[in-house]
Amino acid sequence: MDEPLAISLFSGTDDKLQAAAVLTAGAAAVGRPVHIFLQYWGLDAFRANGAPRERLLAPEAGPEGLAAVEALATAGQASWHDTLAQAKEIGEVDIQACSLSMDLLRLGPDDLDPLVDGVEGVTAFWLAASEGQVLFI
Amino acid sequence: MIQTDTHAITRTIDARGSYCPGPLMELIRAIREGSAGDVIAVHSSDNGSRIDIPKWVEKAGHRLIGVTQRDGYDEIVVEQQR
Repeated sequence: MDEPLAISLFSGTDDKLQAAAVLTAGAAAVGRPVHIFLQYWGLDAFRANGAPRERLLAPEAGPEGLAAVEALATAGQASWHDTLAQAKEIGEVDIQACSLSMDLLRLGPDDLDPLVDGVEGVTAFWLAASEGQVLFI
Repeated sequence: MIQTDTHAITRTIDARGSYCPGPLMELIRAIREGSAGDVIAVHSSDNGSRIDIPKWVEKAGHRLIGVTQRDGYDEIVVEQQR
């Protein structure tokens, strides 16, 4: 079994979601199981049937960064959502919502995007992370 | 220069316009659907995939037949081993 990777996905900006999705897809491609824990604004981005959101980027992006991201999207870059869906197709990717963040955002299980596999607490996250690497994004 | 004519390509994936890691995702899907002996050509215009796909092929135990620069894209040919 290849070394598992655990990701706490805290950020809900499109650039960090994209980075997390690409890292997940690459890990899945090389056979590493990935466990994603959605916290705070990361979870907020996984609302089911959410209204199309304005594209949000990390503050350091600035107007030029936004233009570059828009240009790549227009050129056909897969969305972070599609990339995560592909990662789930080719590998072992488990996406769990943080129960505390569910309370914070007043969300129930039915409010979540179908990519989300379930809801768990932080202890379950650390048990799943086991001895593998942990990323905070 | 590789001799792709000695390896009959059984499937071609047009991943041009797809960005990292899209072409690899499509190759993996094709390998899942295929079987040992299939020869898959991936057409990719993504710079990262030119480096990543050969590394993945080695790690996954398949065989890289070659990477050829075509007009505005790379043709990466892989023989599925299992």
